[in-house]
Amino acid sequence: MNLFKSTVGRKILMAVTGLCLVGFISVHLLGNLSVFAGPDGINAYAEHLHSLGPLVWIFRLIMLGLFAVHITFGVQLYLENKAATPDNYAVQKTLVTTFSAKTMVFTGLIVLAFLLYHLLHFTVQITNPDISAHNIALDAANRLDVFTMVTASFQNAFIAGIYIVAMIALLLHLMHGISSWVQTFGWSSGPSQDKVTAIGKIVAIVYGLAYIAIPLLLLARIVK
Amino acid sequence: MDLTLHVWRQKGPQDKGKLETYQAKDVSPDMSFLEMLDEVNDGLIKSGKDPIAFDHDCREGICGMCSQVINGRPHGKQEKTTVCQLHMRQYNDGDEIFIEPWRAKAFPVQKDLIVDRSALDVIMQAGGYVSCHTGGVDDANAMLIPKPIADYAMDAAECIGCGACIAACPNSSAMLFTGAKVAQLAALPQGKPEAKKRVKAMTEALLEEGFGNCTNHYECEAACPKGISVKFIAKLNREYLKSLLPSSTGV
Amino acid sequence: MILDGKAPTGQVDTSWDRYREDMKLVNPSNKRKYKIIVVGSGLAGGAGAASLGELGYNVDCFCYQDSPRRAHSIGAQGGINAAKNYPSDGDSIYRLFYDTVKGGDFRSREADVWRLAQVSNNIIDQCVAQGVPFARDYAGYLDNRSFGGAQVSRTFYARGQTGQQLLLGAYSALSRQIKNKTVTMHPRTEMLDLVVVDGVAKGITVRNLMTGEIESHWADAVVLATGGYVNVFYLSTNAMGSSVTAIWKAVKKGAYMANPCYTQIHPTCIPVHGEHQSKLTLMSESLRNDGRIWVPKKAEDCDKHPSEVPEEGRDYYLERKYPSYGNLAPRDISSRSAKEACDDNRGVGPGKRGVYLDFEAAINRVGKKTIEDRYGNLFDMYEKITDENGYERPMRIYPAPHYNMGGLWVDYECQSNIPGLFVLGEANFSVHGANRLGASALMQGLADGYFVIPYTIAPYLASIKNPGEIKEDHAEFKKSVEDVEAQTNKLLSINGKKTVSELHKELGNIMWENVGMARSKESLTNALKLIPELRDEFWNNVKVTGEGKELNQQLENAGRVADFLEFAEMMAEDALNREESCGGHFRVEHQTDEGEAMRDDENFSYVAAWEFKGVGKKPELHKEPLKFERVHLAVRSYK
Repeated sequence: MNLFKSTVGRKILMAVTGLCLVGFISVHLLGNLSVFAGPDGINAYAEHLHSLGPLVWIFRLIMLGLFAVHITFGVQLYLENKAATPDNYAVQKTLVTTFSAKTMVFTGLIVLAFLLYHLLHFTVQITNPDISAHNIALDAANRLDVFTMVTASFQNAFIAGIYIVAMIALLLHLMHGISSWVQTFGWSSGPSQDKVTAIGKIVAIVYGLAYIAIPLLLLARIVK
Repeated sequence: MDLTLHVWRQKGPQDKGKLETYQAKDVSPDMSFLEMLDEVNDGLIKSGKDPIAFDHDCREGICGMCSQVINGRPHGKQEKTTVCQLHMRQYNDGDEIFIEPWRAKAFPVQKDLIVDRSALDVIMQAGGYVSCHTGGVDDANAMLIPKPIADYAMDAAECIGCGACIAACPNSSAMLFTGAKVAQLAALPQGKPEAKKRVKAMTEALLEEGFGNCTNHYECEAACPKGISVKFIAKLNREYLKSLLPSSTGV
Repeated sequence: MILDGKAPTGQVDTSWDRYREDMKLVNPSNKRKYKIIVVGSGLAGGAGAASLGELGYNVDCFCYQDSPRRAHSIGAQGGINAAKNYPSDGDSIYRLFYDTVKGGDFRSREADVWRLAQVSNNIIDQCVAQGVPFARDYAGYLDNRSFGGAQVSRTFYARGQTGQQLLLGAYSALSRQIKNKTVTMHPRTEMLDLVVVDGVAKGITVRNLMTGEIESHWADAVVLATGGYVNVFYLSTNAMGSSVTAIWKAVKKGAYMANPCYTQIHPTCIPVHGEHQSKLTLMSESLRNDGRIWVPKKAEDCDKHPSEVPEEGRDYYLERKYPSYGNLAPRDISSRSAKEACDDNRGVGPGKRGVYLDFEAAINRVGKKTIEDRYGNLFDMYEKITDENGYERPMRIYPAPHYNMGGLWVDYECQSNIPGLFVLGEANFSVHGANRLGASALMQGLADGYFVIPYTIAPYLASIKNPGEIKEDHAEFKKSVEDVEAQTNKLLSINGKKTVSELHKELGNIMWENVGMARSKESLTNALKLIPELRDEFWNNVKVTGEGKELNQQLENAGRVADFLEFAEMMAEDALNREESCGGHFRVEHQTDEGEAMRDDENFSYVAAWEFKGVGKKPELHKEPLKFERVHLAVRSYK
């Protein structure tokens, strides 16, 4: 179908899937921030998620689909754009575009790599021997003690470092991505463009800093 | 003033090409950039060398023929100005100036600074028109077009088709060029009947001709000598979305 | 020889209707058997190629630019006239017709002008249907402005880029036909010869400007729409590539050149700034609505800053000489007055060839904001070029060659004296007489392309017994290619000392000084002496580098200048022959005591059509007498 081949069609798919993924990271962030409420917060949140049963799997499938579309077309468009610009200028100059816009595919791929690591780390639990399923205790309320699992991990500087770097990449990715969909959907019109871009950047920075705060504060043992 | 020029020289489409250095002496600040090159060329001819080939025609900023990237910026450093309207008072004695052709896969270099831009014509042929016959049309005032709409269409229609947007785009995308035409015709009642077909056909042609995809860098708008806004790309996107929606008539 | 323009006889008002009722048609299914070549892709050529293609003919369209969208019609700023009478201010087809004939100083063919005025309304309809964004009011109706030489508001416009928008409209129609494969486009291809077989135009020889290949193309009819030749003055408002070459090649094959001395000098251009200048820039005449034109009364004040020249030391010469029209006097009159002031050593600016266009009074009257709204883009353009702020000190302007009313002689059907050769737009001579009114060039180009040639070419084509009978294998085509190659090789072999542009500049000087705004027997005789000398020098001392079979811009220019050097002589010859002053042609011997142009209807109410007799030989004059039945000859007065 035209949508999957067209230059605008794929751009719209990137925007739609990107927007859904922003929705996902919003919910995920809210959940994660419960770590600052101590063990009662995040453990209750995890317990609630697990109680959803098959819904979790439906959700995971949808996420898989969104990521697949976003990544496939993102890489495909990048390769096409590379092919369209075979020669560089001797003096290379840009006026308005940003570092984040120019590095979308790279920050995206960093986030992808991180995503795989993150799943192996907390979901499959095989990357950090300290938190494998066997040695995670239950908390006082008989729930899985996710809080301890998280704090144990992030007190490890290496693991926290990976998370922080990845969240910086995410921040950069969002700096361009969040405002971009407004243009792609054709909702921006001239003068509003600057405001849209500015709001997109602010939202991206808020998300980024909030995500970075979790490993950073746990590593600094400000939250424990 | 005296200047050092580094100019892209390429004998033909198959040649590899390289930058060569020339001195431009006694340049008057009142000269246009192209007149400065004319002088350099006269010197080259007299010493039996091949003059620098570059495209130019009207020299009043409207035909869209001139096409040079000067120190990394299409049409040079003055905003909303084509190379032919750029004057040497923008430069200082001793400046080094790099002059290169538009670079994009869809714009193969023909010689020195001259590129082949026929891909832009192909995009227009895909649908950049209203299919009206010569003669047999309605009276010009039969369909009223409010001033803001006419102005919007005119803003889009100011495109001179020079290709600076493509030269500036990190993806070599022709979306501003295409968007300007799609937006102009979609805004006007005369262009609406073919709007769906047009946006699909023109964006398809764009890819077939080897241009890249738009990823919202907005470099095009900054480089455009006519200040065409990226809002027309947004309009194109919206027109494309509309073309996907099923209509009540099924067509 | 007395030429016949073949205009329909009888009442002028119905001539075009009667012509169309009587003309021979080509059956729709037969149209595809004919091939038509259109050279030029501007308003006339682009519109013509698109319309002929749509009718079903096989059209091959050629232009030297890289895209048909770049033709120099794109440079026109002001607007396009039409007799729509939307403002109900008394306009009519007759009035537009009358204004055009009068503006042209009664040197055009009545029936042609009537047809132009009649189809002008169709043009606006056509352009709107194509999506041309003309200016409109808030209710959605088309807006009109007034222009020089008319007492009604009949000019339609699209900001300051009307020519661009109309051209893009024609280009879009052409693009549609290219897509439909009825038109084959040949961009970056320059016509270098007309192929005439047994006295009939049968094709052209061209040079592919990318590869340097020289090749021929056959056709059943050849349409030239190649624009103007005022680059013969070197500095003009024309595009750098505009040349006389295509029509001159036709002249050398027997086509007559009509009224070549009718050239228009536009009064509001930015003055020359130095030796290196390659091009003059025009600013819309509309500036004269609010600007006051003056020079210092005393020559010693000319070097002062304009603000230091007191009011009583200023000579507002147009207001002084033409109190009723003042600064809005017609183009030829304002241009000539500026020249006179500068000849009187009262010019201003570098080189002393400039007069002030002062907005101080207007700014005081209506405020800077209003002036900015009206002319902001022109002030910006002026500042970009001159580095001076037009709001703070008066602009400097000077006249520049802009348009030619003369061109190839054509009959009512736009057919030249060579059967099968049709000529449209600025390249022909037909409707503007000795002077063109503002906003009428766009009108003529589109009228010829959309609404005249699609009709008038049919009778000729219908008369051809075997379309496509003569093709490129005919001996005349081979000879034509050989001739063109020979000229190319000759240009490349001279290897002299002067560049093409140096020689072009010298020609320009000769023409501007002697065949420019004011001409005399003495100056024209001088030109006729100097031009052949320069031509000889050209052919002995020009230096063209590179090769023929490659992209070679020097070679392209050399060919064009070589043709200007031949054409210039015919232009001077025509100016010398025309012992009267009319429109753009001013002979100093023929003026009133007050310095006004004096026409001689008794002896010169004719079209001078010149037949080429060989390089350096005096061309032969043929006359087409002009008859005026619908209008009465009158002295043009703008006092």
